[in-house]
Amino acid sequence: MDWVNDIIQGIMTGGLYALFACGLSLMFGVMNVVNLAHGDLAVVGGYVALGVIAVTHVPVLASFLIVVPIMAALGYLVQRTLIQAALNRSVLTTLLVTFGLSVVIENALLQFVNADSHSIGTGNAIISGSFKVSSAIQIGYLPLIILGVAVVVLLGLQYFLSSTKYGRLIRAVADDREAAQMSGVSYRHVFGVAAAIAFGTLGLAGIAQGMYSQFAPTTGTTTILLFAFAAVVIGGLGSLWGTLLGGIVLGIADQIGSQINSAYDPLAGFVIFLVVLVLRPQGLTGRGAQS
Amino acid sequence: MSVLADATSRSEAKIRVTRSRRNVIWPGLGALVIVVVLALFPYIVYTGTTNLMVQGFVVLTMASMWNLLAGYAGLVSVGQQAFVGLGAYFVLLLNIHNLSMFTALPIAAIGSGVAALPLWWLVSRLRSGYFAIGTWVLATTVFLFIQQFPSLGGGTGMSLPNVPSGNTPLLEADTYWIGLAVTVAALVTMYLLLRSRTGLELTAIRDDERAARSSGVRVGRARLVVFVVAAVFCGAAGALNTVSQLIVQPSAAFSIEWTAKMAFAVVIGGIGTIEGPILGTIVYMVLQQTLSAYNAWYLIILGVVAIAIVLFARRGLWGLLDDKFGIRLFPVGYYLWPPGEGRRRRKIAAHTK
Repeated sequence: MDWVNDIIQGIMTGGLYALFACGLSLMFGVMNVVNLAHGDLAVVGGYVALGVIAVTHVPVLASFLIVVPIMAALGYLVQRTLIQAALNRSVLTTLLVTFGLSVVIENALLQFVNADSHSIGTGNAIISGSFKVSSAIQIGYLPLIILGVAVVVLLGLQYFLSSTKYGRLIRAVADDREAAQMSGVSYRHVFGVAAAIAFGTLGLAGIAQGMYSQFAPTTGTTTILLFAFAAVVIGGLGSLWGTLLGGIVLGIADQIGSQINSAYDPLAGFVIFLVVLVLRPQGLTGRGAQS
Repeated sequence: MSVLADATSRSEAKIRVTRSRRNVIWPGLGALVIVVVLALFPYIVYTGTTNLMVQGFVVLTMASMWNLLAGYAGLVSVGQQAFVGLGAYFVLLLNIHNLSMFTALPIAAIGSGVAALPLWWLVSRLRSGYFAIGTWVLATTVFLFIQQFPSLGGGTGMSLPNVPSGNTPLLEADTYWIGLAVTVAALVTMYLLLRSRTGLELTAIRDDERAARSSGVRVGRARLVVFVVAAVFCGAAGALNTVSQLIVQPSAAFSIEWTAKMAFAVVIGGIGTIEGPILGTIVYMVLQQTLSAYNAWYLIILGVVAIAIVLFARRGLWGLLDDKFGIRLFPVGYYLWPPGEGRRRRKIAAHTK
């Protein structure tokens, strides 16, 4: 029964990891940008949420209505300035700029906020509670909500990209930038919008991380970026559902690892990542990380 | 060379190919003098200065290797702290077994190089951006794995158990000399590697990977060589840092800050040249010393400067100097002399880059 519980809890955590990963996946899929500042930006989302809640006193669960637009605006801005400038030069430049951004954000948070861990209290007894499925299995409402949000975000992205006019535009630009531009599409603006969406999901990821456990300036690199990346690779690049699957595999590995020995907690997930990299480098569902 | 000679004799105009546009004997002698002077430092300056210079040696060794990876082989590794940490832990492990830490240093460097082989097998499947995060995950995995051994200090780390007691100035001077030796070895290895056939392949990869591959350059093999060499010297740098600090802490040994330092030093100095990281390390040390009172500020400023240089002066500070004066301290390329042009001529229209 322990194992069943581990797997169920793992699926729940997997939702959080998938939420970390979808922005990374989207930015790579559309702009071919591997954003090394991804995790730090999610942490920024968490701090923005803390600030918004402290200033406006909105209910915690509604804070995303303000945080997501702020992050989206930030995303558009960062894409149109820094990342676009780097993209015009080379892949190496993009990596160096986002890595620089990551170090700057992390140290700026250390310098101007502090090194303490923060969490976002839900302030709601029902949300932080749980319900019993059987004597051994308890499901928390909060992880369930996060999993639900992850599924909704992934479904929404899938629908947006495949069925709406703007989604088609994004796919067209991702396929062939020059051809899209010749048809009268400003690809820079489309990139900006895609980055805005990706940063919006980062806002959600930051809030979710803060509610689920806690975050500090270094959480972005030690946890969020690496887990997001592992989820993307395990699931297979370019597949949104693969990302969810990857997140769930990671979550289960984590739970089972910590069940065996609590010291194995983050290690188990990375070991699974390495095993997948060796046995199925194209990911569980996907097309491949080689090119 | 014989084909070139034929071509030269057939056409009347003389084409010469040399390693540099200028005579390299004087800069070469200058480098030798600098090394000799640096070797005399423990007799001249206070130990505070030599200790600081050991930190500079650590950064310069790592930066040169990161330059080799990113600037020549097109491998942006964000996981070099894996080898810095491994070097540190190899020294600790050998020192626990009663081996002198100075003897342990070269063994630790080779150990890091050996460890690089299976790690390369894992990450070589990933390309560019994914390679970057992949190496990062790998470094974190090694970090988490090493913490599982209580005999190596577990999650908190431990001091080196067998440190020669007593003569501290002598110990510090020895550390300085071995640091100088590691750095010179790193620079010489890099210089010789880049002048070899592999170096030519690496330059081809740097300029255009696809074209290099289609011309028969063994891209995978050249990258493996670079990855292992970089692991050896990053391990040596980590070992050197341990020898100078006399303590190993897992979170410091495997800190991402190592990679941040090396990448920033390379980018600021000038990526893709041997001279760049030297200049970058000097800038880094000056900034770090000036801003050390303000905690995290120096990394913020370094990061901002590095981003600005990547975007607006891609070849870094050395690139700016090179454009003006055409200096090569370490000539690893070739310079084709247009017919009838001599070394002495001042104005040269053609440019190597």
